[in-house]
Amino acid sequence: MSERRLPPVTELGVVSMALIVAGGITIAASLPGDVALGLPVALLAASALVMVANVVALARAPGFNRAAFFGVAKWALLAYCVIAGILWFVFVHDGTRGGVLAVLTLSLVVFAIHVPLLIGFTVARYQ
Amino acid sequence: MLASMTDVAVPVPAAAPEAPPRPDFEIVPLRGIPIVGAVLVALVAAILANKLWALEFFHVAAGGLWTSFDLFLGFVLGPILGRLAIPARVELTTRLMPKLLLIMPTLVTCTLASGWQLGRLLGTVESGYVNHSWIVASYIVVGVMAVIALAVLEPANVAVLFELKKPRPDPQIIGGLMKRFIYTAGITGAMQVATLIIMTKIATG
Repeated sequence: MSERRLPPVTELGVVSMALIVAGGITIAASLPGDVALGLPVALLAASALVMVANVVALARAPGFNRAAFFGVAKWALLAYCVIAGILWFVFVHDGTRGGVLAVLTLSLVVFAIHVPLLIGFTVARYQ
Repeated sequence: MLASMTDVAVPVPAAAPEAPPRPDFEIVPLRGIPIVGAVLVALVAAILANKLWALEFFHVAAGGLWTSFDLFLGFVLGPILGRLAIPARVELTTRLMPKLLLIMPTLVTCTLASGWQLGRLLGTVESGYVNHSWIVASYIVVGVMAVIALAVLEPANVAVLFELKKPRPDPQIIGGLMKRFIYTAGITGAMQVATLIIMTKIATG
């Protein structure tokens, strides 16, 4: 059975998700008082960077089945936008505003993009 | 465990050997989507109403089911699945996994969204709460489970179903992905034991 190399998308996805979760925990553990945003912003930036690296690596991967990837990822994206939207609604409903809301919103954006990317990748690699 | 994950694309052979027979199935059971939609609408209504009973219902019911599912899949069904003959494993997988694709994200969303709102209502998520360290521990446990479930378990679950949809599914690919499913289900099951300890401590003060 011949095999072609693909970038370590799943491993990078785990790292990116772990960074996002760590940032979210840092914020949640400090509420409702003043939240120091330095660490959460750094974790968010690192997570977004890993996600961009993942997207670029996947876009450049030769022989990767992009049609299968997009066929799956678009529906997963829809589902995870709904989930992220509900979580965002809870934060807004609770009166979260300003920098904290911005970091949480961007974290949910990374989450809602990266999970469908991982699902699409795992399916498409075997197609 | 992660190191053992495949990082190569494996082209399916023209005629996969010993392809197991499998029943026809939907990867996402479309009939279940209206039910999921209704549950999520009820969840949003409960959060908007901000009533203790409604939030408690969603958090306890969805959280209890989430924990039960993870413990059952990780410690009961997972090991059984690993020892079943291939045709039996395929039969069970095509009936179980599509339902899990709808059930698990719905339970997790309901548990987390209602749990956060409940915590705001009761003051248990505030940093001055007497058991704050236990609350932070619960965030960490949920965070670890989320990373494993979303980045490893769910993609493997979906990929198994797509493989089984092929006219000649490759048993090697299915076996590899099922191994991922069984191991990660075991880890999340173990994390749920920590959830039970933390939540019962918080509930008793």
